[in-house]
Amino acid sequence: MKKQATRDAYGQALLELGALYDNIVVLDADLSKSTKTVEFARAYPERFINAGIAEQNMMGMAAGLASCGKVVFASSFAIFATGRAFEQVRNSIAYAKLNVKICATHAGITVGEDGGSHQSVEDIALMRSVPNMTVIVPSDGISTRQALFQLYQHDGPAYLRLGRPAVPQVHDPELDFAIGRAVELRKGKDLSLMACGIMVSKALQAAEILAGEGIEVSVVDILSIKPLDKEMIIRKARESGALLTLEEHSIIGGLGSSICEVVCEHCPVPVTCLGINDLFGQSGSPEELLQYYGLGIEQIVEKARKLLKKK
Amino acid sequence: MRRIGEEELVLTSEKAGIIRREIIKMLGEAGSGHTGGSLSAADLVACLYFWEMKLDPKKPDWEDRDRFVLSKGHAAPVLYAALAEKGFFPREYLKTLRKLGSPLQGHPDMRKLAGVEACTGSLGQGISWAVGMALAARIDQRDYRVYALLGDGELEEGMVWEAAMAAAHYRLDNLLALVDNNGLQIDGKIAEVMSPEPIADKFVAFGWNTLEIDGHDHRQIMEALNSARSFKGSPTAIIAHTTKGKGCSFMENRVEWHGTAPNREEMEKALAELA
Repeated sequence: MKKQATRDAYGQALLELGALYDNIVVLDADLSKSTKTVEFARAYPERFINAGIAEQNMMGMAAGLASCGKVVFASSFAIFATGRAFEQVRNSIAYAKLNVKICATHAGITVGEDGGSHQSVEDIALMRSVPNMTVIVPSDGISTRQALFQLYQHDGPAYLRLGRPAVPQVHDPELDFAIGRAVELRKGKDLSLMACGIMVSKALQAAEILAGEGIEVSVVDILSIKPLDKEMIIRKARESGALLTLEEHSIIGGLGSSICEVVCEHCPVPVTCLGINDLFGQSGSPEELLQYYGLGIEQIVEKARKLLKKK
Repeated sequence: MRRIGEEELVLTSEKAGIIRREIIKMLGEAGSGHTGGSLSAADLVACLYFWEMKLDPKKPDWEDRDRFVLSKGHAAPVLYAALAEKGFFPREYLKTLRKLGSPLQGHPDMRKLAGVEACTGSLGQGISWAVGMALAARIDQRDYRVYALLGDGELEEGMVWEAAMAAAHYRLDNLLALVDNNGLQIDGKIAEVMSPEPIADKFVAFGWNTLEIDGHDHRQIMEALNSARSFKGSPTAIIAHTTKGKGCSFMENRVEWHGTAPNREEMEKALAELA
């Protein structure tokens, strides 16, 4: 499988968008080499603004630019974009329903060696709780590129969650991405794995192993956390009778919680939420960390087997 | 340089008087809101809306209009009074301040009321918003100007200085920050709660062209606005020394009037003084 970091796909897609639309302005807070906005900055310096190490002001400037007709892509690491500047995002951007796309890289624990201070495990919870905010978590380069094009057309604020390490390509280049729609990547009647971001490729690998044991599981990529594809979730709950959610995020307030909210109300079935168990991260390599926090492929397989017994 | 003659001074003084009376009436009607800091800013806002800014109330979205951001959003009544007087919306709206379903929210909401340029109220955020607007003007090569009104207490928010740094860095001479320096905040004198003084020195240190004036003297306000308009290469900050509750003797310099609305009796007393 071809690998690409979603942040790299973001940088490339921004360049494409910049060539097509001249009302795009990109902001960054002194992390342009890491968030990959640097390519846009080189190509369109007059439409790139470095806010320096000042995320709160960056979000405020983004609101001002958007209120004057610009479509703003504001980038930083997930921890700072959603945490440090939370109230600016809420009050200046979302409350005013402005066209600011907050594109945050280095989300989750796979930031790795930088440790817990830089590993955002709360960002989905924070962003999805804000009215007017759309929340998209791409799982590979293809979905990242398509999400960016869709978000440009979308009227209103959005949060795009991107990662640091290269991830396998899981989608067909013909993917028809749509805000509010999930994508079923593998069909199976026994159990449904509902994943987002980096965990989608892990879910596919776990599904392979389970298939070897005669257990057929569905794998659904929940690209759009808000709005959520309720129809797909209800259908999968009915068809397979149990759901396993997978996210590189706290189990509190993220993908698992979102799915539980739907399932509880419309089609109660056993659900197991796999994610970071209300803990801060720590230094380590991305793969070591995924293992440590229970998100390794074998651990997913084990959880799936246990969940099947609850059906 | 724009003319500052007797005629201009008479006009803005009349408008400031109208704005003050409307502030008292709408707050009296609402039963809650921020009286002191609305009154202290009335002269600055009157000079902006009735002398300085390029606006067309019939075309509130006109692309080349000047932009005003009330960064000290709790002073919403002073903005609403000016907008109504300017003709952005019917004066009757003023009676609905702070009521359910009203376009006149407790703090300005651009989505609900024509003429409001930004959603403000969380202190420190409006100035960053204004910096973004000034950057947009530059990108689009338009010549509109952006005005942000801040409170002195608001300067305690660190974000203000992030914005000040960015505005100077990007040499935004189309941006003007006015500081309504009335010396009081909710918990008391700003000198005692958390002093941002020396305010002018701080703006100078951040690379701004800085002026200090009497914020109730219309000639000084207009001269400062003229001076800011002709200054090139940096943003300008006007530190306007004002009196909280200005115009109503029993409210002046009284911290109790920061977030209090007048009752019927107080309203009549205030209106009599402002007549």
